[in-house]
Amino acid sequence: MPGPSHTGMVEKRGAGHWLSHAGLILGVLIIAFPIWLAFVASTVTNQEIVQPPMPLWPGDRFYENYSNALVSGINAPVARMLMNSAVMALGIALGKILISLLSAFAIVYFRFPGRRLFFWLIFLTLMLPVEVRIVPTYEVAANLNLLNSYSGLIFPLIASATATFLFRQFFMTVPDELAEAARVDGARPMRFFWDILVPMSRTNMAALFVILFIYGWNQYLWPLLITTDPSMNTIVMGIKQMFPSGDDYADWPVIMATSILAMLPPVIVVITMQKLFIRGLVDTEK
Amino acid sequence: MEKRVTFKGWLLPMLLLLPQVIITAVFFFYPAGQAVWQSLFIPDPFGLKSQFVGLGNFEFLLNDPFYRASFLTTAIFSTLVTLVSMGVALFLAVLADRLIKGSGAYRTLLIWPYAVAPAVAGVLWLFMFNTRVGVVSWYLGLLGYDWNHVLNGNEAMGLVVVASAWGRISYNFLFFLAGLQAIPRSVIEAAAIDGARFWTRFRTIVFPLLSPTTFFLLVVNIVYAFFETFGVIHTITSGGPQQSTTILVYKVFSDGFVGQDLGSSAAQSVILLFVVGLLTVVQFKYIERRVHY
Repeated sequence: MPGPSHTGMVEKRGAGHWLSHAGLILGVLIIAFPIWLAFVASTVTNQEIVQPPMPLWPGDRFYENYSNALVSGINAPVARMLMNSAVMALGIALGKILISLLSAFAIVYFRFPGRRLFFWLIFLTLMLPVEVRIVPTYEVAANLNLLNSYSGLIFPLIASATATFLFRQFFMTVPDELAEAARVDGARPMRFFWDILVPMSRTNMAALFVILFIYGWNQYLWPLLITTDPSMNTIVMGIKQMFPSGDDYADWPVIMATSILAMLPPVIVVITMQKLFIRGLVDTEK
Repeated sequence: MEKRVTFKGWLLPMLLLLPQVIITAVFFFYPAGQAVWQSLFIPDPFGLKSQFVGLGNFEFLLNDPFYRASFLTTAIFSTLVTLVSMGVALFLAVLADRLIKGSGAYRTLLIWPYAVAPAVAGVLWLFMFNTRVGVVSWYLGLLGYDWNHVLNGNEAMGLVVVASAWGRISYNFLFFLAGLQAIPRSVIEAAAIDGARFWTRFRTIVFPLLSPTTFFLLVVNIVYAFFETFGVIHTITSGGPQQSTTILVYKVFSDGFVGQDLGSSAAQSVILLFVVGLLTVVQFKYIERRVHY
């Protein structure tokens, strides 16, 4: 946030000031336009869309189109796809936080044979996005019978170490006196972990949760490969499947209602948890 | 850096590491190893056995005009995505930074497209430029411009670039604004007293001081354009027309799953692996430098 030093002598209120506002408002409008258009399309009839130009102001079919999408959808009810996405995003976010907390605790607070090796093995995984090892990962999932399952959607995507790294950095900053005191008191390591370390990591966990939730919700390629059964589709990957394959007209109002529903949860998370979101972004990119 | 105070025992830490080690081994190291292994073989057409070809797949790829074209496409695509999203974001951030009040409000208004999945962004832009029902393409038609990204490779490239850059503006704006606000006002005011106009101040003082942020964003955006834009390509063009938007990650997918050419797809994965490694090294070098500042 701009502090008092911000109000210097350089920028006086004047033409430049209003020009800045005008430029920013124009930017916001242009950036928001695709979403406005999608929203309008989700409130009109398909007839109004397929005879261009479509209206630029919402119509009166909001309830009809959205309930149509949620209840019946095109290949599967969108309500079902929303639930699949929620399970996947929550599973990835919570699962990754849990396993990373545990392994970071082990790496930072214990000395055991092979510790360095584990650390470097985990470090290596920072470098490889799932897109790069897609075919063999798919084969593994298929061999383990994970196609069309929540485990198949979740586990392959928590196999990376960004979060472990983050918690390691944070644990390093925790004063040694705390662990010392716990040891003197005869507290077991797990007691120290749950009673002291986890509560202290709350903000980090929350910031990471926001980032991981969005990451999980917005996955596309992996669900596309691993869910062949429409009832297991996630909403983000399911939209493309709603387009007809031939030359038919797409059911635009339902597709656009689904698009709006698909972006709503992560957008709400970003806006309501803006501070945590920004913190998470800065943390994970360090 | 090491902790002075540690707990005793080796069984407990091993157990604590177990979940992560198992998941990483099964879904990361094994597949990555498989990718390297498969890249050395050509499966026979019936998938019964494979023939060892050493680096044959790589040799073939590097001589394959389609693969080379895909490299070039990726280079053009990621350069454009990076320039467009960073350019627009820097412009907006400079405007917001000039404001005495309200930059926070604009941040809220600009931040949320980040949360829109690339695949959803693809559908939104496809809708606007759809050749039959798209609003923008319809108005372009009124102006006498016949928009058709289904047939025209350049228009297809333009569309996937804009759709990919769109959600990225939020991210870049956030970092640019933070970078701009971290520049001491006194430095800028000193220049203003010396009579430097806004543009001169920006060129000679602000932009150089912003260079750590700019460099960081360059790397992050290139990584984004390389790996995270699959959803945009798949929803809008599926790599077409005539492969004009087939970026490397899309080709791994289309050769591996659509074309069933596993050896070649694996070799492409390995090449991408090197690209990621290279980018990571660049990024870490930069972070090291930043830490030592």
